[in-house]
Order: sequence, then C-alpha cells, then structure tokens
Amino acid sequence: MRHVLSAIFMAAALAVASPALAQGTPPGVLVVGQIAEPKSLDPHAVTAANDFRIVMNIYDGLARYKDGTLEPVPALATDWDISDDGTVYTFHLRKGVSFHDGSPFNAEAVKFNFDRMLDENHPYHDTGPFPLAFFFSSVKEVNVIDDLTVEFKLSEPYAPFLANIAYATGLIVSPEAVKQYGADYGRHPSGTGPFKFVEWQPNNRVVVEKNPDYWDGAPSLDAVIFRPITDANTRIAEMLSGGLDLMVEVPPDAVAQFADSGDFKVYEAAGPHLWFLILNAKDGPFADKRIRQAANYAINKTALVDNVLQGTAEVAAGPTPPAFGWAYDDALKPYPYDPEKAKELLKEAGYDGSKLTFYVTEGGSGMLDPVAMGTAIQADLEAVGMDVEIQSFEWNTFLGQVNPGLEGKADMAEMAWMTQDPDTLPFLALRTDAWPEKGGFNSGYYSNPEVDKLLEAARVETDQAKRAEMYKKMQEIVHDDAPWVFVANWKQNAVSTAAVDGFELQPSFFLLLEHVSKN
Amino acid sequence: MASYILKRLLAVFPVLFGLTIIVFLIMAMIPGDPATAILGSYATPENVAKLNRDLGLDQPLPMQYLTWLGNLLHGDLGRSYTLNRPVLDEVLERFGATLVLAGTALILCSVFGLLAGVVSAVRQYGWTDKIVTFVVLIGISTPSFWLGLLMILFFAVDLKWFPASGMYAIYGGGDLPDLLHHLVLPAVTLSVVATGVIARLTRTAMLEVLRQDYIRTARAKGLTERRVILRHAFKAALVSVIPVIGIQAGFVMGGAVYIETVFQWPGIGSMLVTAISTRDLLLVQGGVLVVASAYVMVNLLADLVQTMIDPRLRG
Repeated sequence: MRHVLSAIFMAAALAVASPALAQGTPPGVLVVGQIAEPKSLDPHAVTAANDFRIVMNIYDGLARYKDGTLEPVPALATDWDISDDGTVYTFHLRKGVSFHDGSPFNAEAVKFNFDRMLDENHPYHDTGPFPLAFFFSSVKEVNVIDDLTVEFKLSEPYAPFLANIAYATGLIVSPEAVKQYGADYGRHPSGTGPFKFVEWQPNNRVVVEKNPDYWDGAPSLDAVIFRPITDANTRIAEMLSGGLDLMVEVPPDAVAQFADSGDFKVYEAAGPHLWFLILNAKDGPFADKRIRQAANYAINKTALVDNVLQGTAEVAAGPTPPAFGWAYDDALKPYPYDPEKAKELLKEAGYDGSKLTFYVTEGGSGMLDPVAMGTAIQADLEAVGMDVEIQSFEWNTFLGQVNPGLEGKADMAEMAWMTQDPDTLPFLALRTDAWPEKGGFNSGYYSNPEVDKLLEAARVETDQAKRAEMYKKMQEIVHDDAPWVFVANWKQNAVSTAAVDGFELQPSFFLLLEHVSKN
Repeated sequence: MASYILKRLLAVFPVLFGLTIIVFLIMAMIPGDPATAILGSYATPENVAKLNRDLGLDQPLPMQYLTWLGNLLHGDLGRSYTLNRPVLDEVLERFGATLVLAGTALILCSVFGLLAGVVSAVRQYGWTDKIVTFVVLIGISTPSFWLGLLMILFFAVDLKWFPASGMYAIYGGGDLPDLLHHLVLPAVTLSVVATGVIARLTRTAMLEVLRQDYIRTARAKGLTERRVILRHAFKAALVSVIPVIGIQAGFVMGGAVYIETVFQWPGIGSMLVTAISTRDLLLVQGGVLVVASAYVMVNLLADLVQTMIDPRLRG
C-alpha cells in the first residue's frame, strides 16, 4: 500500500514540476477561445457564428463587408455590374489569385462553388448538405463568360443578393480540394484567405498559419490557434491563467472584471441583432393594438439592459437594428418606460385581466439571458395588472413550439435574430405571406398590407437610397403597430490580452484577424 | 469459470440491443430534430424538409433503425450530422479520453477510499476516525462541478500550477508528463465523491469483520495487529466493497459528464451532452452503446474479482 501511495505522490510531484505552461502563449501566435468545437470548415456546410469565425480567416468571397459596416465591397471580384432590371450580376474577378492548394482562382471555380450548393445533380452536391444554400435560391444559373468574368442570372430581382455574397455562405472554396477530399472536405479546407489551414485536432485545436502570398497583403500573425472551450467559466479561467489571447462572447458578469484589469482589453460593438417578444395578434388580448402598445410601455427595457444584461446590450427602438446604418431610421425612439400610460391603454382597451401565456426559452443562439429576462418582463407586466404565466422550454423544443405559430397556445414568446441584411428579418417575420402556414416566421400573425407592399418593393429595388426610404417607412409603421415588444440589440464583446493589437469587432459578428498583431 | 464468463458475456447482447431501441425511441420522442437544430432561426418547414431529405431523415422511423442496425453489424456506426465525420472515429477518440480520466479517478478513489475506510475502522471513535469521517462527509456532499470550478480558480488561475482546461497543451506537449499535468485537477475532482462513498462502506465492512470470531482467534494466536488487519480483516471486507467499486465505476463515468464540461476534457460525456442538444441521433446511439458496454464490462470484472477473492462464490 505504501508503495502505491508513494508512486502516486511521485507522479503528482512530477506533474507539478514539469515545465509549466501558463507562461502565456508563444509570440506571433494568437490563441482564440471559441465557444464550441467547429462543425466543419466548409463555409457552405456551416450555419453557426462559431464556425464563421474560423472560415472567414481561411477564405474570401467575391465581396466582403467594408470594415466596420455591413456594406458589400469588392474582394475576390474587383467590381461588378448589375443589369437595369436587377436580374443579372456580372462579376469581374481578381487576377493572379491562387487557392492555398496551388490551384487557380477563376470563373470556373466560382461556378463550381455555386453549382455545388444549388444544383442537386452536381457531381459534388453530395459533399453537403448546405443548409444555408437558400440564401442563393434566386440564382437561376451561373455562367462563365471568360476566365475572369462570371455572370449570375437571378429568377427575379433580389436586392439582398450582394449582402449574401459577402456573407460566410458566399465564401469561395477550392474546387480541386473538394474533388480530392469529397465529403471530408470540411476537415481539409482550402481557400484564398489570409490564413492557410494547418491542422484540426478534434476537440483540442484548429491551427491556421500565415498565407505569405495573400493578395491583400500577408497578415502580421504567424499563426492562429482556435480552441473550443464550451463552458463560459472555464473560458474565463483560461483567459485569466494565460492560456488564451482572445476570447469572444464574454459573459456580462466577467466583462467588468476584465475591464478593471490593466492586463486585458475589452471590445464592444453593436451587431445586427434584435431581441424581441412576439405578440399573438390573432387571438387573445394582444389582438388589440392598444394592449400590444401597453406591453411596450410597461416593460422597463433600460432596467433589463442595465441590470439583467449588465450593459452588454442597448435598448431597441424598432424592428431594424441600428447596425444596418443606411437602412436604420434614426428618428425612431424606443417606447419609454411608462407604466401609467400602459395602465391607461389597458383600461381603454377593456383588458379583463385574463391570463397570458408567455413562452420562454432556456437558452439558444442570440437569446442572451432568456430566463432572467423573461422573469423580469413577467414582473413588469404584472405591475400594470397583466397576469402572465411563463412556460419554459429547451431551445430546440422552444423553436418547435414557436415557429409553427402561437395561435391557440400562447400570447407571447421570446425571440432573437441576427441577420446580414435589413431585408431578412422583416421579410421572413412581419409579412402576411410569412405566416407560419405559408412557411415563414411570422408566428404572431401580424398583418399590415402597407408593410407587405413596402417589404416586397424593397426586396427588388437595387437603388440603396430608395431601399433605405422603404425600410424607414416600414420601421415607423411597425413601431406604431407594435406586433412585437422591441427589447434589446446585443452588443457583441471580446476580451484580449494587452499584447494584442489591431483587433476590432465587426457588425457582421465575423472575427477578422488579418490586421491583428501581437507584441 | 470460463463458461461463467461466456454466459455473462452473451447476456450482454440483449441488454445492449434493448438499449439501442430505447435510445432510438427517446431521441425520436423528444421534440426538435437535427435539421431544426442546424438551421436555428432559419428553420422554415421548407428548409427543414429539404435538409432532412439530405440527411436521410425522411425515412420512416423503423426503417431508419433497421438501416442503423444493419450498418452496425458491419462495424459502421454511421456519420454524425453535426460533426460531419464517422461516428466510430469520434466515439473511440472521445472514449479513450474518458477512459484515461475515469480510470485514473477510479484508481484514486479506490486507493484513498479503502485507505480512509480501513484507517477509520481501526481507530473507531478515535480522533483519526472523526477527522477522516468529517472530511469524507464533506467530500460526499460537495457538488463535483462546483468543486471543479474552485480547483480551477485556486490551482490554475491563482497558483498557476496546473492548466485550467484541456487534455494536452495547445502548443508543444502531447507527451505523458503533459497528459499527467492536465489530468491532475479533473481526476482528483472526479474521484472525490466516489472516494467518500468507498471510504464509508469500507469502514462499515471492516467494523463488521473486526467483530468476527476468527479475528479474535487470529489475535489470540499472537499475530501482529498489522497482519490481522491487512491479511484477515481487510481481505474479508474487500468482498463486500468490490461490487461497490464496480458501481462507482459507472458513477465515475456518469460524473465525467460534468467534469469533462468544466475542464473541457475531450471525453465522451461532454460529447453526449452536445450530441443530445443538437439531436445528433447517430452520435448519441454510438456514444451510449460504448458507455453501456463499458459499464457492463466493468461490473462483470468486479463480479469476477469478487469470485476470485471469495471462495464461497465459486460454484
């Protein structure tokens, strides 16, 4: 027995004495704390922001978002022409660009990428599935005009097309690599981006290294290591103990701790995110506009944002997040917290105090702190005399309850969206044609013919100024109709060590490391 | 003995078969499907239907099960929807990591549990017994995930003796000292509760044995106290403790779910948690199959060891 014990103590002592890590990360290498193991590094096969953070650094698209905005500007395409009717997009491609595997980037490669996603008979369509391919469902055909010119024919004008091209789903993969690895391509990615893929050790790390031949100038970092750490507390502990240089999605509780320390930098930026309550405008009390407005007045959004979310979000004014600069209506002001006004409206509408069922999720992408927020909202509504009963669900179950519509089941439900174009959310969740039975996300059955008309027109308008006008008009009407309670716009955050330079958060929520350096 | 082992091994198959059906049914019954989980906000009925078709999930349920079973007989556990890689690769890799963690924890809790139990039984109602019992009770009642966080805070963040998470260093490392270095905190955390349980049971078993006549006889023969305790009493007490260690093995594997999440240990427990929340049926099936087989095997082993120690059980 004594021998066994001494052997164990020896092993423990040896472990303690072994050259300790926690001395910080090596120079020139940036270690990034991710929230989960990536699903795949094939940009067409993934849907999560967590995966986009890696692929955005390996690949380029024909367009990308201009730094700090959501406006598409040239990337692998040097410029493009749009036909007058908005159905033909002709891209002129950058010359002399190669994929990391050495194969050339050209019009054939672009065609291969979109055909693989969209054409079920394409020989490499089975390397999917491609869940977000519907972003390009308006693409009828992709034609190679010459080696450096490619033409997209759309079945109908579709204004968000360029924003989708600049999104992660529009990144261009190496056709040769897809042919070589088939269904395993997602573990052997090859793009044209600032970093080349080196290795993926499952559940431990993804390593990418500097692409010295990058067309937009080689990055300053030698390599980046992405580490999956699912538990938020563990991620914070790793950051504090020197195992990470950069982490994203920092829990509100920890932000202050990092901000107070001179060893870390805290980053915050508004994103195209909206946290709202869907109100059932078809049956129950919320069918009355005054009661929907009363809910908007009754909920103390400033308290939610400051206390529950500890300043990691801003109060939302309407259905469009301010991050969509050009399409956002600055004149729109959030409903003020005014319980008296709410009571007045309830009285005027003759609300009889009937019970309201409120669907709350226990978690989920972009849902922030849904249980605490739901409870605070319940308290605010009860303070003005509304009897609210919470029913909470796990995220997938929640979606299964909410997406088919609230009719006959609930009066209100939490929801959050993050999109890359001002068109997406209102088009999918506010139009009459987006009611659940028609395949949309208008789970509260809001319907206003004028809003329908504006959204349909904005979608086919290629002039951005005219589109902006329509979106602003739409925001005013929706703000007044109050089909939702507009609650919060999430500010994404990140923390890095003081040695990290040149990092900025993007409204797209992408993590771009091209211009980052480490001292 | 050989035919006993064979009989026990054959009995494993119906258990596992039933288990796969139960897992399949449960996964089918819980709301939400992989396509909805993958698409999230974009899960329109149309998109879900298309993705389900691409994933081969539009087949009727019994058909899906039979396909899975047929592939299983060829050693193919299918492909994970969410990880886009063969389930077998993922499960074996993850299980290896869990085995290292749970195995170490099991050794730790057996050694320290038995030791604490014997010591406190021999010194019944003495100070040593009181202190050991006190510590053991604290150990049993501490939630392990919370203990894990405290260990990280103290030993990784403040003292920087051990890494906060992971199985290997993120750069360099990868050898045995590196693994041991990463193993200390999670293995100790995982073993604490089981150590307490084993210590309590060993104490009780020892006390019972020490009251037996043959112990008095042994002492009367003039054997040293050390010999009486280790050779006579401990061996007899072990017979009733070993099945408990077998059960603790299952407990340790179950506990690994929390510990792996807290310490980001790339084991099968944290894999199952993720797989269930993303409705990755094949990954859940594969993972449960492997864990269940391991559990059955460890209990079989415990029974065999018990039979070997206790001649009365050999029939």
